[in-house]
Amino acid sequence: MRKLPHVALPFRLELRAVPSRNMAYFSPVLALALTLFFGALLFLALGKNPLTGLQVFLLEPIRSWAAISELLLKTTPLVLCALGLSICYRANVWNIGAEGQLIAGGIAAGSVILMFDNGSPVLPGGMVLVLASLAGVLGGALWAGITALLRDRFNANEILVSLMLTYIAQLLLMYMVNGPLKDPHGMNFPQSRVFSPEFLLPPLFAGSRLHIGFAVMLIASAVMTVFVYRSFAGYRLTVGGLAPLAARYAGFSSRRALWTSLLISGGFAGIAGAFEVTGPIGQVLPSISPGYGFAAIIVAFVGRLNPIGTIFGGLILSLFYLGGEMAQSRLGLPSAITGLFQGMLLFLLLACDTLINYRLRWTSPAHAQS
Amino acid sequence: MENLAALVAASINSGTPLLIAALGLLINERAGVLNLGAEGMMLVAAIAGFAVGYQTHSPLLGFAAGAVAGMLMSSLFAWLALVLATNQVATGLALSIFGAGLSAFIGQSFVGMSLTIKPTPIPYLSELPFVGVALFSHHWIVYFSLFLCAAIIWFLYRTRAGLVLRSIGESPESAHALGYPVRSIRFAALLFGGACCGVAGAYLSLVYTPMWVEGLVAGRGWIALALTTFATWRPARVLLGALLFGSVTILQFHFQAIGIAIPSQILSMLPYVATIVVLVLISRNPDWIRLNMPASLGKPFRPG
Repeated sequence: MRKLPHVALPFRLELRAVPSRNMAYFSPVLALALTLFFGALLFLALGKNPLTGLQVFLLEPIRSWAAISELLLKTTPLVLCALGLSICYRANVWNIGAEGQLIAGGIAAGSVILMFDNGSPVLPGGMVLVLASLAGVLGGALWAGITALLRDRFNANEILVSLMLTYIAQLLLMYMVNGPLKDPHGMNFPQSRVFSPEFLLPPLFAGSRLHIGFAVMLIASAVMTVFVYRSFAGYRLTVGGLAPLAARYAGFSSRRALWTSLLISGGFAGIAGAFEVTGPIGQVLPSISPGYGFAAIIVAFVGRLNPIGTIFGGLILSLFYLGGEMAQSRLGLPSAITGLFQGMLLFLLLACDTLINYRLRWTSPAHAQS
Repeated sequence: MENLAALVAASINSGTPLLIAALGLLINERAGVLNLGAEGMMLVAAIAGFAVGYQTHSPLLGFAAGAVAGMLMSSLFAWLALVLATNQVATGLALSIFGAGLSAFIGQSFVGMSLTIKPTPIPYLSELPFVGVALFSHHWIVYFSLFLCAAIIWFLYRTRAGLVLRSIGESPESAHALGYPVRSIRFAALLFGGACCGVAGAYLSLVYTPMWVEGLVAGRGWIALALTTFATWRPARVLLGALLFGSVTILQFHFQAIGIAIPSQILSMLPYVATIVVLVLISRNPDWIRLNMPASLGKPFRPG
């Protein structure tokens, strides 16, 4: 083993005395630029003109007002999930099950709507929608609460538990649309009834699919900004994540941080699911999210775990989703190209983040030899 | 009796990919590196193995392609986590997300295609009653996985190199001070882990369900990660855990076959629920975990 060569690199990473604040904000920009560069190479490798490729992927989805409203529509669940995940990651709680929490929220909200939407309404549509959204929050928080409970009581790894719960939530959704929530007159398709129009989220603008959930998302980002930067609870969470020993010395409970962050995160993911079901989807389907909960992990990192930053992150990842659809319809490429861009962005972001704590020093080959 | 033999055979069949992947991850973790990208590596290897197996009609080349794909994926992780000292949890997650995207992208033109790969029964032994069907009529990769398990036990506990690997997982600083190239050894461990996850992924798309669908691995990479904890980082217990999880997976089909009135979706939750239950049981005593876990697991090490 001694004979294995030491890795000789043409550069050296030099620890900075103080982490660079500028780099922390510049890193996502650099990562995005590099992602687009590698994306262009990818288009080239697939035999497409790289400039046309990037144009279709990035500019086509935002050419018209209608297209932009679709962009904002997809941004909504991404940002809602990422707001909660940011809180978790600040507290060093690795919740990666936002997708499952979103699905749990969607199931809960859909069940409430289907209960009231039976032809003889006892409550006005608006009230039912509020109830459904609250059910979504509860459903998501409950799902995340399982992770918190098992971590707290039994020390079970939250990464694996929250991910396993995502698979379980997906199967639960499959069961619901094949069983209790199935449309009896739906020709045996695994899906629920289509909700009546008064039980759908009202659009923000006439003729657009962009619904009131987008406004809720903006308000939530503002509230979370205050929570993170101006509240004592938010401060306790951040300290607990950055310096667990200092937090313990100060008497900040790590159990409380675990529960708070996971319940907040689950609640946000749950309402995102509720908004999907009562918004653009309008019924309960076997699949209610194309991986928003996973993409939101990237959104949270791109947004620097900052509630306002997540909006920018959400816009980028939403653009990637639309770009994938465009690449499929215009260039005949698989829409799964979205996942490739997502993965590249996260990889490159992590690589660029190294520059926050380290300075890159190029070394001459002669120096590297010694 | 014949039913039981088929049940045992099916459990071994479904436990094998878990065993191979978890053994590779065990080597990673014994060297102090936590690679949460197992799912992504297995997905990419599954499609690479399937594509090559489909084009060449050679399962052996398919497995080789899977191993190479896994190694390429793990070297991506190694560059970030070892050279740039990035957060291992986040980097592993990135690898899983990237792998899911990449495999779906490559696999789009293979969706719905299938292969027929015959098992390789051991001559004479496979004709024995009961055990012939249960144990000796598998694909050769199954026997290879047992050999791999034995080889890893020998390597970790009976060779100097294994001792060095374990010491790097416990205290990379000390190993570095003794002149061992910590980063290179960790790199090699990650490549080995990638190759194992690759073979496991290829097994899924070539032998276990010889076809390609998006997300074919269905969480087995994560279950393999849980297995290393379950096994308290010991290879023999990984074997035990893999068989246990293999039988849980098969039990759901068995329940369906004998007509127990539980909806199939609920039964399909079994392996995931079992993973959570097992994690809870094994982790409830934090001292027990702390005692067994490689002390530097997941902590970046930068020489000099």
